Amino acid sequence: MAEPESSTAAAGAGGSRLRNAFGGVLCAFTLLLIGVLAFSIRLFSVIKYESVIHEFDPYFNYRVTQFLSKNGIYEFWNWFDDRTWYPLGRVIGGTVYPGLTLTAGTIWWFVNSLNIPLSVETVCVFTAPIFSANASWATYLLTKEAKGTGAGLMAAAILAMVPSYISRSVAGSYDNEAVAIFALIFTFYLYVKTLNTGSLFYATLNALSYFYMVCSWGGYTFIINLIPMHVLLCIVTGRYSSRLYIAYAPLVILGTLLAALVPVVGFNAVMTSEHFASFLVFIILHVVALVYYIKGLLTPRLFKVAMTLVISVGLAVCFAVVAILVALVASSPTKGWSGRSLSLLDPTYASKYIPIIASVSEHQPPTWPSYFMDINVLAFLVPAGIISCFLPLSDASSFVVLYLVTAVYFSGVMVRLMLVLAPAACILSGIALSEAFNVLTRSIKCQLAKLFDDSPAASGDSSAESSSASTASANSAKNENRSEKNETAPKEKPSKKNRKKEKEVTESVPAKHKKEKKLLVLPMEASVMGILLLIVLGGFYVVHCVWAAAEAYSAPSIVLTSRSREGLHVFDDFREAYAWLSHNTDVDDKVASWWDYGYQTTAMANRTVIVDNNTWNNTHIATVGTAMSSPEKAAWEIFNSLDVKYVLVVFGGLVGYPSDDINKFLWMVRIGGGVFPHIKEPDYLRDGNYRVDAQATPTMLNCLMYKLCYYRFVETDGKGFDRVRGYEIGKKHFKLTHFEEVFTTHHWMVRIYKLKPQKNRVRGKLKKLKSGSKTSSTIAAGRKKNPWQ
Amino acid sequence: MAPPPPPLLVAALLLFLVPFASASASAERADLVVTRADRRVDLTSHIVRVLTSLKVENIGPEAVSQVLLAFPNAQAKNLAAIRAFGTEGKVKGPSTVLPIEVVQPSGVPPELTFFSASLSKALEKGKTLHLDVLTVFTHSLQPFPEEITQAESQLVVYQDSAHYLSPYPVKVQTFSIRLPGGRVESYTKYPNTKLADSELKYGPFEDLPPFSYSPMVVHFENNNPFAVAKEVIREIEISHWGNVQITEHYNIAHGGAKLKGEFSRIDYQSRPYIRGVSSFRHLIARLPPRAHSIYYRDEIGNISTSHLWSDSKKTQLEVEPRFPLFGGWQTTFTIGYGLPLQDFVFNSDGKRSLNITFGSPMEEILIEKLIVKVVLPEGSMDIDVSVPFPTKQWQEVKYSHLDIAGRPVVVLEKPDVIPEHNLYFQVYYRFNNISLLREPMMLIIGFFLIFMACIVYMRTDMSISKNSPSYLAKVQWDEVQSIIQKILAIFEQCLAVHDKLEASLHDLSRSGDVQSCKATRKAADAQFKELAKELKPLLTSLQSSHQSYQIWLKVENLVAKERELQEKLMARHSTVVDSFEKKLRGQDVENRIATQQQKVAALRQEVESLLEYISEM
Repeated sequence: MAEPESSTAAAGAGGSRLRNAFGGVLCAFTLLLIGVLAFSIRLFSVIKYESVIHEFDPYFNYRVTQFLSKNGIYEFWNWFDDRTWYPLGRVIGGTVYPGLTLTAGTIWWFVNSLNIPLSVETVCVFTAPIFSANASWATYLLTKEAKGTGAGLMAAAILAMVPSYISRSVAGSYDNEAVAIFALIFTFYLYVKTLNTGSLFYATLNALSYFYMVCSWGGYTFIINLIPMHVLLCIVTGRYSSRLYIAYAPLVILGTLLAALVPVVGFNAVMTSEHFASFLVFIILHVVALVYYIKGLLTPRLFKVAMTLVISVGLAVCFAVVAILVALVASSPTKGWSGRSLSLLDPTYASKYIPIIASVSEHQPPTWPSYFMDINVLAFLVPAGIISCFLPLSDASSFVVLYLVTAVYFSGVMVRLMLVLAPAACILSGIALSEAFNVLTRSIKCQLAKLFDDSPAASGDSSAESSSASTASANSAKNENRSEKNETAPKEKPSKKNRKKEKEVTESVPAKHKKEKKLLVLPMEASVMGILLLIVLGGFYVVHCVWAAAEAYSAPSIVLTSRSREGLHVFDDFREAYAWLSHNTDVDDKVASWWDYGYQTTAMANRTVIVDNNTWNNTHIATVGTAMSSPEKAAWEIFNSLDVKYVLVVFGGLVGYPSDDINKFLWMVRIGGGVFPHIKEPDYLRDGNYRVDAQATPTMLNCLMYKLCYYRFVETDGKGFDRVRGYEIGKKHFKLTHFEEVFTTHHWMVRIYKLKPQKNRVRGKLKKLKSGSKTSSTIAAGRKKNPWQ
Repeated sequence: MAPPPPPLLVAALLLFLVPFASASASAERADLVVTRADRRVDLTSHIVRVLTSLKVENIGPEAVSQVLLAFPNAQAKNLAAIRAFGTEGKVKGPSTVLPIEVVQPSGVPPELTFFSASLSKALEKGKTLHLDVLTVFTHSLQPFPEEITQAESQLVVYQDSAHYLSPYPVKVQTFSIRLPGGRVESYTKYPNTKLADSELKYGPFEDLPPFSYSPMVVHFENNNPFAVAKEVIREIEISHWGNVQITEHYNIAHGGAKLKGEFSRIDYQSRPYIRGVSSFRHLIARLPPRAHSIYYRDEIGNISTSHLWSDSKKTQLEVEPRFPLFGGWQTTFTIGYGLPLQDFVFNSDGKRSLNITFGSPMEEILIEKLIVKVVLPEGSMDIDVSVPFPTKQWQEVKYSHLDIAGRPVVVLEKPDVIPEHNLYFQVYYRFNNISLLREPMMLIIGFFLIFMACIVYMRTDMSISKNSPSYLAKVQWDEVQSIIQKILAIFEQCLAVHDKLEASLHDLSRSGDVQSCKATRKAADAQFKELAKELKPLLTSLQSSHQSYQIWLKVENLVAKERELQEKLMARHSTVVDSFEKKLRGQDVENRIATQQQKVAALRQEVESLLEYISEM
């Protein structure tokens, strides 16, 4: 019994060093593999479809990146884009979060300076997978800070393939979130790291990382609210330390200054309510720091006296400041909160007041199945992770728990923010799984040790336990801890040791409880079964993730496929239409469509659009909505006044493509009606439903959208059966008087119409119109309806 | 005649009303007579091919080495290719290709362009020569009307002279035009004109003087694809790793009558051959055999409508643009494919040569501007190009795939390229195979340097200041740490010795081997002394350190506790051994050491907790 113990002690110096090195290499190798996994699981879209930019927003980012790589950074900041929001235009440099674009632009520049001929498109397509590998490494670091290496690796592996994150970062999904999630996790990591080490170096890095996050995504407000919350939590629970001060104060000062450098944020960094919490906590932190400092200087009795004095004065000042703040906030119309942020706090806000926000499907609250779809088994593991975070509650683990709780709330408000929940869920599940494996493998080791050591007398029990506990090195954290003890350090250089020391600080957490854990030994059968079950659970998760990556989230949405008996059928209608527009219309022609297709039209067809997916001008969108829901003549007038030459509609009725313009029509009516009251939603509704069949209202059957979608549709099958709605259309034979069909794609999914030029006035006709007072009055009414005259 | 005479025709008429008799007969002209001229014009596609078979006889006294061919300027401007094949004698023997150049003989009207075919052997007096001249014209079919609707078919006008325009007198001549079939709207009627099936025949005409010209026009239906490429950039990149990569960028338009009014998909889909007859929806490319990795895309992504057949002779690729091309519509796309190196690059006495076709592999396409770029591997020298027809040439440098010096690029530019230009051309260059290893070596060295840098970084002290107080404090603290590590290691050993002692007692209780037990104690004693000796310098150095004042107390405490524990253990050990020697009953032994046992246990507990505490600091 004593033999192994002494031998390990003797061989300890050399052996554990080797083991340590081996562990380090193994860990690095595992991380590399996790990175490869994170990258390659996102390539399904490239393999199944092609290397192409996906969906809507990525096309805008792609276009901006193209501009950046062609014209350079200064031109980019000053870019006024006149090809969108005609006739208003858009200042791109000042209204875009530049992080993603600059990142991809830098990668492109770097690669091209090495003479590796990658196109901007290729770089853009693969930016998201590259950054998800980075994000999984950042998760490793963050979890390691909280719970040690084992949990870190587990969490990184889970994050590498969590469906929620995959949905936003498959190859080609070139959107802000792709880099923002990495920035978010990395900022949190640096915060926790600073909190654990109290190093100003990390605090500075933290501010820079926060700057990158501000550059990348509007979600940075989550960071600047969550970290103050955590600081406040620490203060309230009596965990104030100088480390907390160093972690927070530089972040607020440097972070705010840096954030104000980003044009799209600018003075918002100090003027909007989203940022006020951080300043308030900043003040509180200083007060607390002062109190602690004074406490150190004074004797307890004097301190009490001073305390009463300060509190009475301080309260008065506080009230004054709060009163001023409230007054300031109350004076601004939205109470200082932007619409999207308000809809976060009050989930019903958007649908009540801002139809344009409510019209976006990703701003809807999620359903329960979507939780299961997006984070799968993690939903069950998270509570266990929370418990294990509480077992030794450190600053870092309390931060992780707080992150999870807030993220759960926000994900419940908007589907889109499920993405913020995913890393938190991964971290906590990683912790849970790692702890569970830890307990189970340790008890197996103990039981095995007992099994083999049955022959020695029972008196060896205590020593057996201690020896087995020390040899049971399943827990790599403990393992490292032990090896550090035996480290023959003086040969090492101080810089390296410095790093070691930091490691030790974090790993002291599990070490403290070594003793307690010794007692937690489960029976052999239970632990084996437990491990098996956990592996099966992990297996299910992996299967689900791969399925989600391959089937659910890899479709680029600009090219659709359907499987039939003859094989794969490709619907490439969108690009067909955009290619047609780009090659066969004049460069300066204006194309009107619903705002969903704005970014794609500017990026793929290079034509000026009236509205696009950057929904900053509600009136303009409402104008297009009004035109679409007006009769042909009125619509022609609106479009003509906007210099529109072509109108593009998306129609799925022939092939059964459900997200077409008829299904989006209710938002056109609603948004249009919100600004131009002559568009009344009830006019389009029959029994509370939008219908285009025989029961449809006459207003509906006469509006432009209906006509442009169903023009000559009846001739395809003789009945006009709409495959999306599942019924025959209401008005089958009609002619267009002010528009002419110029292009319809192969599957009719995109139809492009041209505005007919104004007819030469015929004298006699004009007289007739003038003579009839009734007709002239209708013209006047029509005029009035046109918001541009 | 249904169509009004186009302006070109009027000009031509005016031109040829001027009698050419005034033109002084130059020596070459006077002595030759064309005894028979047969012209066949092929109008089935949008590229007009005219094959003229001439029988030329020398009636003059001197031998003639040149034959002149005349074209009106309006035609000559559209001339894309001209080739002449000559056979001497009456029987049709092997024909030779004759070199052709533009000449400007004196005393001819400026409205004509002359080409001269140089004979390989001068034509003796009285001898006859068979001359076949193939001329290819582009842009010679004018759509009329210029704009049509989707349902209409495309009508075009072709103008030429019913008589063969020659500087020599022509004895007998015929003229036939092959039409694509379908409707013929109108044609110029001369006495012996015949339209049969899709063939329009003029002639035979006899004994016409030089420069006879009688304009004719035919207005007919031609719905064949008028595929006109505004510009094609064809890049041929040679990699000596075994691949010739060809990338072709097309900018294609329908060069026929423009579409007027709506394009209705329903009409096009329900009756594609009636509604949309003038459009074309696909192009066929004949690629060389063993072409691989073929792709077809445009700037917004892959185009999924293409088909590929391949056999040992050829690879046939049918590409369908994203949308059917109607008159005036255009589109761009790129096709690319790889070819095996050994099929196209040959090595002969140190010089390598690329032998590949010049034009595009597309069938019946007219390329208004073709740019061929041959990208040679980095490090190629002595570049030499041989092209069978005149082109504009220059050199560029292209950087790709980790190049340092860049790859030499030979650029050839030629306007109005037609399938007849699909001839082989050669690029000769020198290339050393060692250069192949340049980029892999660069990568290897690069990664090696990265790893070296990592190693160096890990092994060097990067701190900026060596004597700042914080740095010194850190160094001291590190020292303290290392000392403590050592101390802890010693204590671990001590504890191990304790365990050994315990174990020996257990053995004693079982075996009763007093001697071995004593020996163990002795050994333990020696070990304890040794460890104490080791511990001493460490403790003094720890005490002297400034950083250790907190730990020192604990360590001191630990040392004291451990010493006590040692003593107690030894005492207990000796008591047990003594009592064994005295053969006391187990019960008594238990009683005697009970108090000691408790103390030992308590001390051990304390020592362990102290150890843990210190190790955690």
